[in-house]
Amino acid sequence: MRAALFVLSLGAASAALAEIPADQRKSGADFMSAQTRAMQNDDATNPAMLSVLDGESRWSAKAGAGAKSCADCHGPAETSMKGVAARYPAFDAESGRPIDLAGRINSCVETRQQAQPLKPESPGLLALTAYVALQSRGMPVAPPSDERLASFRARGEELWRQRFGQLNFSCAQCHDDNWGRKLGSAPIPQAHPNAYPIYRLDWQGMGSLQRRLRNCMSGVRANAYPYGAPEFVDLELYLMQRAAGMPMETPGVRP
Amino acid sequence: MAGSMGRALINFPPKARKGDVIEIRTLLSHPMETGFRPDSYGRLIPRDIVNRFECLFNGEPVFACDLFSAISANPFMAFTMTATQSGELVFRWKDDTGAVMEEKRRFEVE
Repeated sequence: MRAALFVLSLGAASAALAEIPADQRKSGADFMSAQTRAMQNDDATNPAMLSVLDGESRWSAKAGAGAKSCADCHGPAETSMKGVAARYPAFDAESGRPIDLAGRINSCVETRQQAQPLKPESPGLLALTAYVALQSRGMPVAPPSDERLASFRARGEELWRQRFGQLNFSCAQCHDDNWGRKLGSAPIPQAHPNAYPIYRLDWQGMGSLQRRLRNCMSGVRANAYPYGAPEFVDLELYLMQRAAGMPMETPGVRP
Repeated sequence: MAGSMGRALINFPPKARKGDVIEIRTLLSHPMETGFRPDSYGRLIPRDIVNRFECLFNGEPVFACDLFSAISANPFMAFTMTATQSGELVFRWKDDTGAVMEEKRRFEVE
């Protein structure tokens, strides 16, 4: 019954508000300058590859009480992690909630490796996430059809359309209704999460989707959720659904 | 790892013919802290940048430069060299902490 209600409300919402038609979907890279795109597309110039290299060596570094590395259980990431990032966030039976890729990696670090969990946005966690996500580069975003995710995804869409902050804007007002136009001097992209973690030139470093969402929230002068907040995972769940079929670009470069 | 320097990506054609002009591209991970930024207490964060980069081929300098505060984190450098013979390329970065990072690569001329 509850599930049916959610489906109903989801259907009503998408009928009432303009969603971007599939043939008009554009990656954030399409809004960048040719130079920034060239930087992303060449692994010799993409600065995010430095983080990926770090992630590669962490993948086989032994850590924790069991002195185990990621590779000891999962083998080479090129095969075991292929396509994984394109399917996340996924349902985590233990917590009864969806979990994002960085959260899954960290829970593995804590429970399987029995090591100190990595801090959100720490270089180590970003590096491992970027290395795992690189294995899905070029593959289509493929959100799982797991029914247990439906209510969380609906909650994510609700947040997407929720006005908030002193400027009283919702995500959808910019990224669904006004993409392609300018905010100040910067083009408004469609907000697809298919290149994270990214190297953002503005940050002079790597950052996760949550960091980017926090940026936007402080942009509309709202109180941003803390890192790891369930709201962020719900939003990512919806955004991945919204970007279904688009190719993964990780590790992306953004201005 | 040396100082704030972590990793370097070095890229050039694996093989070249004698007389070819090849492009060498390097990317180094470094925060390039300018020395002008205050921390959350208002104190200036001390400058920590890569201040010197050099590239040698069989001991001969190919390219060298001094770097200053206005250069982005993770500095990228590209330069060219004429392929004359096979040998060893040495890349050396020095930062404000006095740390030196060195990478060596083999270069083949057919």
